[in-house]
Amino acid sequence: MQVGNIVNNKQRPVNLDLHSIRFSITAIASILHRVSGVISFIALALLLGLLAKSLDSPEGFITVAGWLDSFVVKFCLWVIFAVFGYHLVIGIRHIIMDFGYWEDLPTAALSAKISFVIAALLAVLIGGLLW
Amino acid sequence: MVKNAATLGRSGLHDFLLVRFSAVILALYALYLLIFFICHDVTYDVWHQFFSLVSTRAFTLMALVAMLVHAWIGLWQVASDYLKHSYVRLIVLWVVNFVAIFYVAAGIAILWGD
Repeated sequence: MQVGNIVNNKQRPVNLDLHSIRFSITAIASILHRVSGVISFIALALLLGLLAKSLDSPEGFITVAGWLDSFVVKFCLWVIFAVFGYHLVIGIRHIIMDFGYWEDLPTAALSAKISFVIAALLAVLIGGLLW
Repeated sequence: MVKNAATLGRSGLHDFLLVRFSAVILALYALYLLIFFICHDVTYDVWHQFFSLVSTRAFTLMALVAMLVHAWIGLWQVASDYLKHSYVRLIVLWVVNFVAIFYVAAGIAILWGD
């Protein structure tokens, strides 16, 4: 088969209908683990800034507490902690898999789903502590 | 053939173990902070006293060093999958490692500075 200048001499079927291709839940869990790790690393700058200000003086602490009264700031912090919580939960799943458990596809898909639920519960707990 | 895919460690296996070891420290530190927030109604005095404890300061520094190791290797793994251009990858990773070391230094300044 020849298309333009590209010669395809492989006998494999090629699926170009991208709508029929979906990431499996395990792939989604994995890519989100990477994304959450990158976000956590960047967000640490903000957290260290808040820590420095809040420990600086009683006035600094009150300033930070004042920022936290704003819904937007509190919501951003909640997102940061929730994202970190997700990274943590999937990381624990990852280490369990390193020891050779939950490696077959149905179990891995199930553990990914359970991890999503635990991460969501953790996000609720963090929200409860913040508000 | 790739004979050595290590970044911070001297081998891929060493990197692998360093990521897991640092992850456990970070998880324990997160738990430590979570328990503090659950058990305390945080005022300046409570907050300041908590971060004056030797255990909190030591644990915070350990967590930041663990973060340095974890980010150094973890972000190299991510960058080497998505940033195909060598120079771009090199510069991004240089910045990442610079920032990670800066976080550790900032942590020391916050905890022990005046």
